[in-house]
Amino acid sequence: MTTGRLARWRLVLGALVSHWMRRPLQLAMLLAGLMLATALWSGVQAVNAEARASYATAADRLGTGALPRLEPAGGQALTTADFVALRRAGWQVSPVVEGRLRNGTARVSLLGIEPVTRLGLTPAANDGGDASAGPGPQADLGAFITPPGQGYATAATARALDGADLRGLAIVIDADAPPNTLIVDVGIAQGLLGMGENLTALVAATAQPPGAPPLDRIAPHLTLSDPQAGSAADPAALTDSFHLNLTAFALLSFIVGLFITQSAVGLAFEQRGGVLRTLRALGVPRAEVLALMAAELAVAALVAGAAGIVLGWAMAAALMPGVAATLSGLYGADVAGSLQLRPGWVLSGLGMALAGTALAGARGLIQTARMPLLAAGMAAPWAQATARGLRLQVIAAGVLVLALPLCLAVGGLVGGFAALACGLLAAALVLPAVLDAVLRLAATRARGVLTGWFVADTRQQLGGLSLALMALMLALAANIGVGTMVGSFRSTFTGWLDQRLSAELYVTARTEDEGRAIRDWLATRADAILPIWNAEASLAGQPGRIYGVADDPTYRDNWPLLAAAPGLWDSLAEGRAVLVNEQLSRRAGLDIGDRIDLPGGALPIAGVYSDYGNPSPQVMMGLDDFGHRFPDAPRLYQAVRVAPDRAGALAAGLADRFDLPASAIVDQSQAKRVSLQIFERTFAVTAALNVLTLAVAGIALLTGLLTLASIRLPQLAPVWAAGIPRRRLARLDLLRTLLLAVATGAFAVPVGLGLAWMLLAVVNVEAFGWRLPMDVSVPLLARLGAASVLTALAAGALPALRLARITPGQLLRVFADER
Amino acid sequence: MNDASPALAEIAHARGIHKTYHTPGGEVPVLRGVDLSVRRGESVAITGESGSGKSTLLHLIGGLDAPDDGALSVLGTDLRAADDTARATLRRNGIGMIFQQFNLIPSLDVRANLGFQARLAGRFDAARAETLARDLGLSALLGRYPEQLSGGQQQRVAIGRALAGNPPLVLADEPTGNLDEATGDAVAQLMLALVRQRGSALVLVTHSARLADLCDRRVHLRAGRLA
Repeated sequence: MTTGRLARWRLVLGALVSHWMRRPLQLAMLLAGLMLATALWSGVQAVNAEARASYATAADRLGTGALPRLEPAGGQALTTADFVALRRAGWQVSPVVEGRLRNGTARVSLLGIEPVTRLGLTPAANDGGDASAGPGPQADLGAFITPPGQGYATAATARALDGADLRGLAIVIDADAPPNTLIVDVGIAQGLLGMGENLTALVAATAQPPGAPPLDRIAPHLTLSDPQAGSAADPAALTDSFHLNLTAFALLSFIVGLFITQSAVGLAFEQRGGVLRTLRALGVPRAEVLALMAAELAVAALVAGAAGIVLGWAMAAALMPGVAATLSGLYGADVAGSLQLRPGWVLSGLGMALAGTALAGARGLIQTARMPLLAAGMAAPWAQATARGLRLQVIAAGVLVLALPLCLAVGGLVGGFAALACGLLAAALVLPAVLDAVLRLAATRARGVLTGWFVADTRQQLGGLSLALMALMLALAANIGVGTMVGSFRSTFTGWLDQRLSAELYVTARTEDEGRAIRDWLATRADAILPIWNAEASLAGQPGRIYGVADDPTYRDNWPLLAAAPGLWDSLAEGRAVLVNEQLSRRAGLDIGDRIDLPGGALPIAGVYSDYGNPSPQVMMGLDDFGHRFPDAPRLYQAVRVAPDRAGALAAGLADRFDLPASAIVDQSQAKRVSLQIFERTFAVTAALNVLTLAVAGIALLTGLLTLASIRLPQLAPVWAAGIPRRRLARLDLLRTLLLAVATGAFAVPVGLGLAWMLLAVVNVEAFGWRLPMDVSVPLLARLGAASVLTALAAGALPALRLARITPGQLLRVFADER
Repeated sequence: MNDASPALAEIAHARGIHKTYHTPGGEVPVLRGVDLSVRRGESVAITGESGSGKSTLLHLIGGLDAPDDGALSVLGTDLRAADDTARATLRRNGIGMIFQQFNLIPSLDVRANLGFQARLAGRFDAARAETLARDLGLSALLGRYPEQLSGGQQQRVAIGRALAGNPPLVLADEPTGNLDEATGDAVAQLMLALVRQRGSALVLVTHSARLADLCDRRVHLRAGRLA
């Protein structure tokens, strides 16, 4: 490469860049669009990366990540006897018990392991170095496995368990323990969870010794799961839907951000059409012009991408505690609430910035490549919507609409999101054609010269604003869709809480003796005492929980049933049937009349109940039947019915008499408040992304208006010269922006409601296992309508102000020869 | 390209040039067998009615477009065989272009515009540029941007840009077409004087008989043929 060529490139690049130096606002918009798009994308990726890293750390620490698991099929029991049989047959397996411990409102994962057999599962462990597979390297094995045993946990987890009845277990602080998890010996875990001899799973060595008999001969009811596929208990698998959800929003925000970039880049290409022709006329080869323009865009992408990553980092740091709360509350997955810099999402952010810029700049580069040297201008100016362009967009939208049912037919969460993407993109593509049709209709009805000009001029601006209006429509539709979903969820959840939490007090004893004493004490003071015993169990192949409940009108009158067989409560009380939650019903395809395998024998299903906010399968059975099946389950928890006005005094009396901590007695209102707090926290992340997307759309509109303002003087000058004052022109410009925003908002309503339906009927069912009735909120629509108008006002004010203050000289130059 | 040869008397040579534009309305033949020769230091005016093919001929000589038929050689480069890069190289190193619309780079100031093509060709000389600016009466305007200049001032910058690299051939497409008569005359006189002073050849397209008369030679195009 010659020095002359380098100097020439520097000169041409300087000429290209000088365009931005003379238009700093346009440059700022380009960089802002890219930066915001990258920030929203990389922020969410940072959150996802952190969460996944937490899962991986936990999996590594617990040794569960890479090992296959043996789990019972069809809800059958896996017991210590199965483990013993497999070991005797030569299988390299180790037992695992998984469950949750409750201490007031805190929930901690309990993991029971068997350290001796676990050490033999991996080759590295055979060297004696697999400290990560169990308690820490300094562990006292005897103390760990001998009752009351030792548990390993971080200091934060130990604090969360402060005051809990752990049957004398000593907690050893281990800074390397997984977050919010207590690791104990498997026998200790069975006792704490009331599981008797039941196990959750067996982890197996990847390679079993040669000659070991096949699994179906020793334990035919067990199935070997692929560690790569993720098990039902694997938090990474459980939370995939949540992370996919966040990624989908991030991608939507990224696309909205790209509209700003596309707007700024498109205009820059058009504004520089003359310069590009001049450069080529002066002897710069086409290939060099293209390469230098691409380089210019790449530099912009890297600068804005880097800034976006910093902004994304700040955003992710702010969102991370909320996400951690969501993942813990909704999925039971434990994630650290702080953020670390990970190269993965940094590179992904820069990659997206570069790819997005390439996408936004592709049209301009192609037009430049095809631009004839002697043409008067570009074939299809950026600011003018061509009828051909509109037709193509409508055809593309039609194709996407046809693809929508195909995506739904594919099914699954990915199919659901693909269908959402098709629907949203189709709506965005068709929007300019719809607005154009409305304006054409308005033109036929327009009375008066100025109105006629206003409508015609608005139509002319449509091309330049269409990208920004599409971005606004997408942002509004996302807000309506997600807002409706959250609103539907909130109203259903509130009603459900009223039904579910119908008892006035919920009391947790520290020991079984104390539990008995509490029930005796309450016998003469409460209207009813409803023991709620529970035990962990494998339900349809997934770890779940079985509850034993008393036969009482509290349940008969209030329980939130979705489907019920006749005589449901009688058959439950008599131990002839069980209830299952909606998640279990949907995931396992179980319905009324089907039988479900349970420890101690299968029972038919007599009802299905809604169980929002719980990711796991659940079964309810009569209290007596439960007692027979789970004699070792701890009897600690009970609901208490009492007249509401006496509940406070009774709670105070209980606390005094038994010296119970505040967390042991939860009254109904407190439980509802905590539940709603968890609910609000759960959707705080989505709400934040929604607001950010709307803000980005506002900036896209501002960019579109500012860039249009810079090239439409020749259209305004004749009107001004004909006697319309600049202030009036400015007011008309603002009015145009408002009308277009309102029309876009009106278009976004059905699109948003369609999005809400898809989220409720398809995505939520796939993601959480439950379906909610759709509740359309008029106040929400009114709020978003106001947001749309405010966004338009904010975006339209500056260009209108500039127009109002434009000097007559600037307008006159339009008519001057020398322009 | 062989523009460095001082022995090359004939700078541009066109023989039997044909050019037809293909439009949605059908084929429009613009040049139908044009012969033209331009010698070093010579100034040639091309005149003719609108649509006679004047600008097309100028664009072909400048390598901005390619002829359909005929032979065209400029500064030793066979323009029928040259690709985009070869034509760009010819324009950059051998030709100074002056347009009716000035075609300055709006985001660069007068100083940068003046030296732009000379820098592109690697022949920028600060002292020469300063002299040129003074000769063109632009010394006081070097920090201004094109939008801050009158039409006559902009055209003087365009002339300066074309001449700053001392190219052997200057092409001017209706250089005074956008200016009033008095300004146009002044600019034309200045352009011719500077071109002659540097020994460059000049081919200009004009409607102005007065401007054409100032040139060494005048050719008239009628319906795509030299009259």
